[in-house]
Amino acid sequence: MNRFSWYEAKSVEDALEQVNSTLSNELYESSPEATVFKSGGIDVFDWVKEGLLKPQKIINIRNIPGLDGIRFDKKDGLHIGSNVTLAEIGSNPEIKTNYLALHKAVIHAATPQLRNVSTLGGNIAQRNRCWYFRSAEHPCFRKGGERCFARHSKRGENENHAIIDNGSCVSVHASSIATALMAYKADVIIKNAEGEEKNVPMDDFFVSAGKDIAMENILKPKEIITEIVLPTPKKNTKSAYIKQVARKSYDWSLSDVAVVMEISGNTCRSASIVLGAAAPVPYRSVEAEKAIEGKAINTENAMAAAEAAMSIARPLSKNGYKVPLFISTIKQTILEIS
Amino acid sequence: MDTRKEKFPYGIPGHNLSEVEREIPVEEPSAWPVNDKLKVIGKRIKRIDALEKVTGKAIYTSDIKLPGMLYAKMFRAKVPHAVITSIDTSKAENLAGVHAVHLIKNTKKDGEKDNKGKYPMVKYVGQPLGGIAAESLEIAKEAASLVQVYYEEKPFVVDLEAAMELNAPIVFDQPIEQQEDGGDVGESHDGSKGEGNVRGPSTSSFFGGPRGDLDLGFQEADVIVERTYRTQVHTHMPLETHGVVVDWNSDMMTVYASTQNTASVRNQMANVFNLPKSRVRVICEFMGGGFGAKHSAGSFGPMAANLAKKTGRPVWLMLDRKEEHLAEGNRPNSIQYLKIGAKKDGTLTGIQQRSHGTAGVGLGAGVGRIAQILYTCPNFATEQYDVLTNAGPGAAWRAPGNVQGAFGLEQAIDEMAEKLNMDPLTYRDRIDTSEVRKVERQRGAKLFGWSRRRPAGSSKGVVKKGLGVGQSTWPRFVSLDSSVEVKIHKGGGVEIRSSVQDIGTGTKTILAQVVAEELGLEVTDITVNIGDTFFPVGPGSGGSVVTGSITPPTRNATFEAKKELLKLVAKKWETDSSELDMSNGEVYHKRDTSKKMTFKEATKLLRTSQISKIASRSDDYGGFQQPWGLAYGDLGSVQFAEVSVNTDTGLVKVDKIVAAHSCGRPLNITQLESQINGGVIQGVSYALYENRVMDKGTGHMMNANVDQYKVPFSMEIPEIETVIVEEYSGRSSTDAYGIGEPANIATAAAIANAVYNAIGVRLYEIPITPSSILKALSEVS
Repeated sequence: MNRFSWYEAKSVEDALEQVNSTLSNELYESSPEATVFKSGGIDVFDWVKEGLLKPQKIINIRNIPGLDGIRFDKKDGLHIGSNVTLAEIGSNPEIKTNYLALHKAVIHAATPQLRNVSTLGGNIAQRNRCWYFRSAEHPCFRKGGERCFARHSKRGENENHAIIDNGSCVSVHASSIATALMAYKADVIIKNAEGEEKNVPMDDFFVSAGKDIAMENILKPKEIITEIVLPTPKKNTKSAYIKQVARKSYDWSLSDVAVVMEISGNTCRSASIVLGAAAPVPYRSVEAEKAIEGKAINTENAMAAAEAAMSIARPLSKNGYKVPLFISTIKQTILEIS
Repeated sequence: MDTRKEKFPYGIPGHNLSEVEREIPVEEPSAWPVNDKLKVIGKRIKRIDALEKVTGKAIYTSDIKLPGMLYAKMFRAKVPHAVITSIDTSKAENLAGVHAVHLIKNTKKDGEKDNKGKYPMVKYVGQPLGGIAAESLEIAKEAASLVQVYYEEKPFVVDLEAAMELNAPIVFDQPIEQQEDGGDVGESHDGSKGEGNVRGPSTSSFFGGPRGDLDLGFQEADVIVERTYRTQVHTHMPLETHGVVVDWNSDMMTVYASTQNTASVRNQMANVFNLPKSRVRVICEFMGGGFGAKHSAGSFGPMAANLAKKTGRPVWLMLDRKEEHLAEGNRPNSIQYLKIGAKKDGTLTGIQQRSHGTAGVGLGAGVGRIAQILYTCPNFATEQYDVLTNAGPGAAWRAPGNVQGAFGLEQAIDEMAEKLNMDPLTYRDRIDTSEVRKVERQRGAKLFGWSRRRPAGSSKGVVKKGLGVGQSTWPRFVSLDSSVEVKIHKGGGVEIRSSVQDIGTGTKTILAQVVAEELGLEVTDITVNIGDTFFPVGPGSGGSVVTGSITPPTRNATFEAKKELLKLVAKKWETDSSELDMSNGEVYHKRDTSKKMTFKEATKLLRTSQISKIASRSDDYGGFQQPWGLAYGDLGSVQFAEVSVNTDTGLVKVDKIVAAHSCGRPLNITQLESQINGGVIQGVSYALYENRVMDKGTGHMMNANVDQYKVPFSMEIPEIETVIVEEYSGRSSTDAYGIGEPANIATAAAIANAVYNAIGVRLYEIPITPSSILKALSEVS
């Protein structure tokens, strides 16, 4: 870890005045005046400790007033401030009642200790997971290097890696909560230094590796997430979320699936199905959505949707098991709706 | 030596308890009866230091703070195989707050052909190159990151099978010697034989070499099981990392060390710095775990001492988790070929074993003695090869070799039982001659509910239940260099002193129990001062030797001190000391009830301030199997596992383990259960979670942290029940032995057998993960 100065931001505007770069900009080749935002600090400090990120100034946005509320009403939907902790979301009864998939995604994320510290804004903005990407000794494509270490068919240790959309980078997005947020078609509220606010749908917030391998989301240097907004669920909407892991107490997901579905009787009217740990971004499975829409929710149709989702899977040398695992996870998650 | 005859309890209470007569040294105490008739031995006694530990009052090595102390950080190789052309430490030295830089120099220039430079050749990522002492740990770390090392890189290999190939990059181009760390009792590995990276084979152990005629054995067999098993590299992850604080002035080098062997650290430091042993003092008051990797002070101990010498100030040097994973020990992996033959009635006719494993740049990657001795079989041969790779050196790890060996053998026996159409327990009754394991099977099976077991693969539904069993054996080792001093102070107070350390298992408490039992006092009346080489030398905490080695001298020294005290009381009462005894805090006359006084009153009769008696370890009564301290009998176990396997997700959950164990005379039931729990949890971890992942392309470990290197947390830990079988054999004045290693041997095999019972598909490789389960299921469907 290098020496850095610490700036305690008083407001969003104050924070934005201090900043001149993002985590994405600074990886691997840190500039001498590198700055970085820190809220809960869980992911940022991993990068700093590994020596991959050498900020000269850390701007603490954790104590900015006004970013820490949860508000829900039937008209306006659910508003969650970017500094709200995962623990607060997990224990909110209105979220449990109205957004079950989000509740489940949150309570299965990390550990109780980490949930007490991690914030929602930081959670969706954390960098991807790939142990080569997160190692100082492995200059991979995403860090501006010249190879992908994980993809190699004989040498790549890619058991935990992407099976979909993995043509440019095989890392997986780290946030399993984003899987649920995308399924609810949430908006990310972003403020810039000019004081402008924009609403970005989750589907547009993440940047696929094929488009820009250095970026995982659209955040620019002088931008900050202030809020996540989830629309009020339509009538007869149900949601479900399942995360599969190798170690239940605490683990990154091997597969996680969120389903938000409008139903009439036992028939699916419209479906929003998102896969986590499948691709370098939370992945909306249009294939699964198409397969289940208009159909009865039963084992056969759930299985067909799961298989449709996996029809585009291109596993690597060591992660073929993820295909049957996702088939089972998608099927089960859909069946939880009925 | 004058001897007398003495009768001892012999056998297993509730099974075959009888008596045996032994010839014992005349000065040693008479036999203890079975535990039922004792007051503090064999009971549930709370740890004497429990309060200090749970309140954070206990001072561990990393907590030591001395006036003027500096903090040190080592810097390490970032490439797996290279000649170092130069090291530039100027930036580090110029950083404010840095006091000294020390580089490790090449002392073996006559060795390999490339090894001619100023610095040792780099053989693995994480190899220590030097260290820095600074005013804070943060400054030391920053300075370490400023050191520039220039390498001439060489081809490398980190993968076991790749290293075995004829054209593999060569790790060492000359014979190498096994590093002595005292952890792997009685084993030797020959690094001078063999070709390329493959050294060996080792074909014998202290139980002998090959026996019988294997060809004949397999000809006689009606049924053959022939399989290859694979186990992973498992790194040591004690909560407290390796480290020392060295305080060195002109009179004395004091080393506060997180070590499982204060005496060997003292010897190492005295040897490296050419000091008399009297001028090196090693102290380990509390210990945050070792598992076999903390017998020496490695390179960090001498590094801290060199930095202390250069700066004239005490130096704190504790390693971080990444350094632990890379350089401070691991259980080598294995590929084990096993062929066993049996007649229709189950009689074993042949066992053939061939193994390859890598301890990185070290030796000691065998699979132990378990296939050689667990079952009766007239024809046996083993060939165990060490394969050198560019990875951190292995170290002793809780039953070295045998944990790997049990994983293979106990699955093969399970498969043989199935082929013979026999229940796995019934089959073991047939081929296992151990009386104590027979009792463990009976009592364990009853507690576990073994009768619930159904044929493999018959469990219905997505989540399938399975039951399995595994057995183990571990020798009873005794360290002959085990001494202890017992002091009775005038006016009260009893103290015990030895260099033996408490690795965390409760050594302090059992020593207090032994003294309390002998003197008729309470455990809390005894002060235990151990873990300090200023006291008589005790054993290292390895090989499960501590209890069997240090409790008999403790009882003997206490008995000597007691005799002296009783003589003084006898003189006062004008009687013979043989008429007197002690219990309930009193000295009393056995026949004249009017004569008694408190222990404290009795100690006021001392002429000097104390009675002090030092005793060491005599041979076991009736001798040893091997004169260096291989005792008769063994420390066997039978462990039962119940698992749930989700066939959709591949998730395996160990629901329950019943662990049936024996360790001679049990001394403290609470602590034994605690040790067995620890062994079982490590076994679960080995079976399902831990796995060092090395990148073959760059030679780096990819999961050198506690996030991606998985250990079990609360939800992964099964319900654990223990059966402790008392087994008396009249071999010493306490007749007690250890249990540290036995607790860890059979678990993974029992789990693998239970997984097979659940899903009907056998996994020959650990860790068993969702990935491996789903792959295995997809291959059969």
